[in-house]
Amino acid sequence: MRSHVPAGRPSQLFRNLNSKIASIPMILIAVGVFLGGTIWTVLYSFTRSGLLPRLSFVGLDQYERLWAAPRWIISIQNLAIYGILSLIFSLAIGFLLAALMDQKIRFENTFRTIFLYPFALSFIVTGLVWQWILNPEYGVQSVVRSLGWTTFEFDPLYNPEIVIYGVLIAGLWQGTGLVMCLMLAGLRGIDEDIWKASRVDGIPMWRTYIFIVIPMMRPVFITTLVIIASGIVKVYDLVVAQTSGGPGIASEVPAKYVYDYMFQAQNLGQGFAASTMMLLTVAIIIIPWAYLEFGGRKRG
Amino acid sequence: MANSSALQSATSGPDALSGRLGSGPSGRKPRRMLSRRNIILYGLLGLAALYYLLPLYVMIVTSMKGMPEIRLGNIFSPPVEITFEPWAKAWSSACTGLNCDGLSRGFWNSVRILVPSVAVSIAVASVSGYALANWRFKGSNVFFSILIVGAFIPYQVMIYPIVILLRELGIYGTLTGLVIVHTIFGMPILTLLFRNYFTSLPEELFKAARIDGAGFWQIYFRIMLPMALPIFVVAMILQVTGIWNDFLFGVVFTRPDSYPMTVQLNNIVNSVQGVKEYNVNMAATLLTGAVPLIVYFVSGRLFVRGIAAGAVKG
Repeated sequence: MRSHVPAGRPSQLFRNLNSKIASIPMILIAVGVFLGGTIWTVLYSFTRSGLLPRLSFVGLDQYERLWAAPRWIISIQNLAIYGILSLIFSLAIGFLLAALMDQKIRFENTFRTIFLYPFALSFIVTGLVWQWILNPEYGVQSVVRSLGWTTFEFDPLYNPEIVIYGVLIAGLWQGTGLVMCLMLAGLRGIDEDIWKASRVDGIPMWRTYIFIVIPMMRPVFITTLVIIASGIVKVYDLVVAQTSGGPGIASEVPAKYVYDYMFQAQNLGQGFAASTMMLLTVAIIIIPWAYLEFGGRKRG
Repeated sequence: MANSSALQSATSGPDALSGRLGSGPSGRKPRRMLSRRNIILYGLLGLAALYYLLPLYVMIVTSMKGMPEIRLGNIFSPPVEITFEPWAKAWSSACTGLNCDGLSRGFWNSVRILVPSVAVSIAVASVSGYALANWRFKGSNVFFSILIVGAFIPYQVMIYPIVILLRELGIYGTLTGLVIVHTIFGMPILTLLFRNYFTSLPEELFKAARIDGAGFWQIYFRIMLPMALPIFVVAMILQVTGIWNDFLFGVVFTRPDSYPMTVQLNNIVNSVQGVKEYNVNMAATLLTGAVPLIVYFVSGRLFVRGIAAGAVKG
């Protein structure tokens, strides 16, 4: 970078030197770990790595084995059910609670504190509490039965057919408070004049919400959606604590598949392939959003 | 929906009403405490609150019952005889399958992990955020973008390369290694938080300090740091709850004798051997949840600010 300016302009490299030195950890993390680590894992997912990673390429073999494994198929199905229902319910419940909270109610802070506290708890705690509440011998099922409805059956954690819904109940309990908070912030951002105008026009409140407020809150909804969705793909601790993937393999999820194959089954290649599939899932969610968000900003 | 228009007029101010109710009785509509709207509104909110509070209540009552009482009664009934024995047992003598010295070991492990991890991650991220906000250099925003995209990449993708990295450095399985891992994964969100905060400070402040001859570190320590105390508190809340609640990194990057509290809790409750002691399990669960809960209840609005800053990109 020698410039021909005679006055000896300092080299580009040494401009802002302190700032560059201070940013070294950030650069290392961004490039070395996030970028490098991701490329490394994707690369090694095409190899025959077993106990130790090694570079002997086998093409798409790991992926073929992955998609032939019943446990992976169940994991993906569970993730799909859990993901879609959790998105729908957390957006619906979160928005409903936020709309209720936005009615100039008393004790708003108390209600907010109550709705949000599960979010401060870990997934492990959440999973274990709900494991106890859904315990068929002592929990909800036995309580309802003791009230007189003796044939009542609700044992999601012991029934492979519905176990993922048991996990869903716990997940919603933990996460809807956050959605409510984001939605409430969005609702508070709506211009008061919109409400006045719709009242003057005599539009009932529910119609104002559906046809005016919700379309206006589109960016909030999309951001929330992306946040919940990328969290759903990572779901791991909740399942480990609540069901350990059981009964059998009925509540397995992809993140658990990755962990088990990498650190327990000593089959790294499968772990890498599975985690690459997780990355792909996130990419499918993130890229359209990033395109809309940042592509739109340039045009505007 | 005749009901909803009643709902609506009850919320509207007098100015909005006057437009619609030109004829008929004038003046402010009297607000009653027990209007139908209020009953529905508070009824729904109360019901929801009940659902959210129920697990906490169940945890507390279960942890105070003896096992015979649990076997007889239902999980929602309050304890007949209050006992704190399960708490004592969970803290000092519950078994994980490896050892029987209770959760206290996990608690102190978590504290040992928490303190350096919070300090290091915030120190690194605040300096990075400051550099990004005030001392931009060529390419700095590219690195920042990679960092933010990295926040969305599932941890599972990056975990094994980090294992190899730490093994090469000879710190895999040590406390230092785990602190580095927490620093790495805390970076995106914390850097974003600090960058946005420092960008929002008036630029004149920075310029004035520059003219007076202050350099990078001088401005950071003498101007930015004192002004950024609130955001440091927010970052601390975020990190304390996040690191305390971590499970995955604890399992992957520590050895069994230094497992953090969450991992140990899971091992205690889900251990297959022995008779299940639900009261001890719930006491242990409450003990593990206590730290983030206390942080949450004490910090109140700052917690909300932290997660909002964390959740909504700047």
